Amino acid sequence: MGSYLVRRLLTLPPLLVGISLISFLLLNFAPGDAAEITLRRQNGGITPPPEAVLDLRQELGLDAPLPLRYVRWLSGALRGDLGDSYRSGNSIAAELTHRLPATLVLASVSLALAVAVGIPLGVLAAMRRGSWLDTASRLSALLGAAVPSFVLAFLLMLLFAVKLDWLPATGYGSPKNLVLPALALSFGVTAQLMRLTRASMLEALSQDYMRTARAKGLREWSVMWRHAAKNALLPVVTVLGTSTGHLLGGAVIIETIFGWPGVGQFVVVGISQRDYPVVQGFVLYIAVIFLLVNLAVDISYRWLDPRLHFGRLSG
Amino acid sequence: MEGTLQRTTPHPAISGRLSRFLRDPGTILGLCIVTAAVVAAVFAPLLPLQDPTGVNLDNRLLAPSYQFPLGADHLGRDELSRLLYGARTTLGMASVSVAIIMGIALTVGALSGYYGGWLDTGLMMVVDLLLAFPSLILGVAVAGILGPSLVNVMIAVSVVWWAGHARVIRGMVLSARQREYVEAARAIGAGDARIVTHHIARNILGPFIVLATLDMGWIILGIAGLNFLGLGAQPPTPEWGAMLNDSRSYLQTAPRLLLIPGVAIFLLVLGFNLLGDGLRDLLDPTA
Repeated sequence: MGSYLVRRLLTLPPLLVGISLISFLLLNFAPGDAAEITLRRQNGGITPPPEAVLDLRQELGLDAPLPLRYVRWLSGALRGDLGDSYRSGNSIAAELTHRLPATLVLASVSLALAVAVGIPLGVLAAMRRGSWLDTASRLSALLGAAVPSFVLAFLLMLLFAVKLDWLPATGYGSPKNLVLPALALSFGVTAQLMRLTRASMLEALSQDYMRTARAKGLREWSVMWRHAAKNALLPVVTVLGTSTGHLLGGAVIIETIFGWPGVGQFVVVGISQRDYPVVQGFVLYIAVIFLLVNLAVDISYRWLDPRLHFGRLSG
Repeated sequence: MEGTLQRTTPHPAISGRLSRFLRDPGTILGLCIVTAAVVAAVFAPLLPLQDPTGVNLDNRLLAPSYQFPLGADHLGRDELSRLLYGARTTLGMASVSVAIIMGIALTVGALSGYYGGWLDTGLMMVVDLLLAFPSLILGVAVAGILGPSLVNVMIAVSVVWWAGHARVIRGMVLSARQREYVEAARAIGAGDARIVTHHIARNILGPFIVLATLDMGWIILGIAGLNFLGLGAQPPTPEWGAMLNDSRSYLQTAPRLLLIPGVAIFLLVLGFNLLGDGLRDLLDPTA
C-alpha cells in the first residue's frame, strides 16, 4: 500500500502541470484582448485609445512571451489568484470558492442517491435474475442511459412543480429546492451503477466461493450479501470517480435550469458574457477537484481489496 | 486471391448470431428508430413541409391541427418541420463528430499500440491528460471560448471525446499485434503500413463498429447539451437541444414544445444504444 501510494502520488505533478497548461492555453485561444476589454469596462463601454491599450498590455505583462506569461499565471494560480472577471472585475477564485459549496452539495447528494438506489437494486436484480424486478431495472438502465438530464429536469418540473405543485421549480436555500435538481442529475448515474452492479454481481454469483459458502451451511442472506455482494462491489467502486465527473459536468446544465447558484451556473453566465477568464478558472478548479476525487477513489479501492495488499510483494 | 479467401460461406456461429441479431426485439427497435431518423434527416427537404424557419406570429403557440400536425412554436413556426429538419442538424453534427473522433482515436491508438516505445508513452500522456478533465466540462469550456456555432460544438466534442477510445483501440491493436497472422504477414514480407491497414484493421473492425455506434448515443447527448446551453445552433437553425432551450419559458403554457424535442433526443439516443448492444452481440462475442 505504501509503495502504491507513493507511485500514485507521483502521477499527480505531471497531470497538474498538464491541466494548468491546457487551462492557460484555453484563454489564449479566446478572441479579444484582455487589456482592451478591461479598459472598455472601466470606461463604461467606450473604445479606449490604442496608446492606453498598449500601456495596459505592458503593465499587465501581456506582451511578454507565452512561456513567461504561463509561469506568471501559474504562480498566481498557486497562490489562489485566478485573475479577475472581465465583467465585474471581481476575483474569480473568490467567486468560485463562494459558489463551490452549492455545487458540491448538489453533486454529493446526487452521488449518494445514485449509490443508495443503484447498488441495492443492481444486487437484487442479479439475485432475482429474470424476475419483474430484474426486467424493470434493466429497462430503467436503458432509459437512464438515453434520457438527457435536461429533458428529465423539465419533466420533473412539469410534474412536481407545475401540475402537482408539491415542490418549488427553482430556487435555493431549503432542502425542498434540492429534490428536483438532485433527481434529474442523479438518474443517469443511478442507472449506470445499477447496470454495472448487476453485471458484477452475476459474475460473483458464478464463482466457486459461493458454492463453498453454501456448502458451509451459511444462510442464503449471508451468502448473498457478505460473500457475493462484497466482491461484486469492488469493480463498482472504480467507476465512482467517473460518475463524479459525469455529475460535475451535468451540474453545469442542471444548475442553469434550476437557478442553482453553483459554479456551473457561474460559468454558463460567464460564457454568455464572453468572460473568458471565468471559463479558464472554472476549468482549472473543477479539474483539480476531479483529480483529487479520482485519487481518493483509487486509494480506497486499493484499501478495500485485500487481494491487492498481497500484490505488494510482486509490485 | 485475397478476395476469394474472404468470400467463403459465413461461419455457422456468425450466421447463428446474425439470425439472433435480426430477431432481437431491442435491436429491431433500435434499427427502426435510427432508420426513421436517417430517412427524416435525408429527405426532409423533399417532404411537403412548411419552412422550418418561417416566422408567422399569427400562428404563435398554435395547438396541433391538420395544418400543423405538431402545432406551432413561440414564433409560429411549424413544429413538425423543425423537428424533422432538427434531425438533419443533430444527426449531421453527430455523424461528423463521431467520424472525426474515431479517425483521431484510430490513428493515435494504432500508432501507440503498434509502435510502442516513446511514441506510445507520449501519446498516452496526452490521453491521460484529456481524461483528467470531466468531458462535458472541457467540452463546455472549449465551445464557450471558441464562440457559439455548430462547427465549434463539433470541434469541442471531437477534441474532448477521442481520448478514451484511443486507449481502447491501442489495447485492441496491442493484442492483435501479437497474433500469428501478423507474424505470418511479416514473414511474407508485408510492411508496417500494410500490416496495420490490412491485417490488424480488419480484425478490430467489429469492436470498432460497435464502439462507434454506441458513441453516437453519447455524442448526441453531448451535442444536444451544448446546444441547449446556447453554445451551438443559433436562431433560426432548427436543432433539438436549442429548441428545448428556446421553449424553456413555455413549460406551463405549451409543455409540448419541450416534450417534442426532448422525446426526439431520447428516442434517437435509445435507438443508437439498442443498435450498438445488438451489434456487440453480433460482431464482438468476446465482450
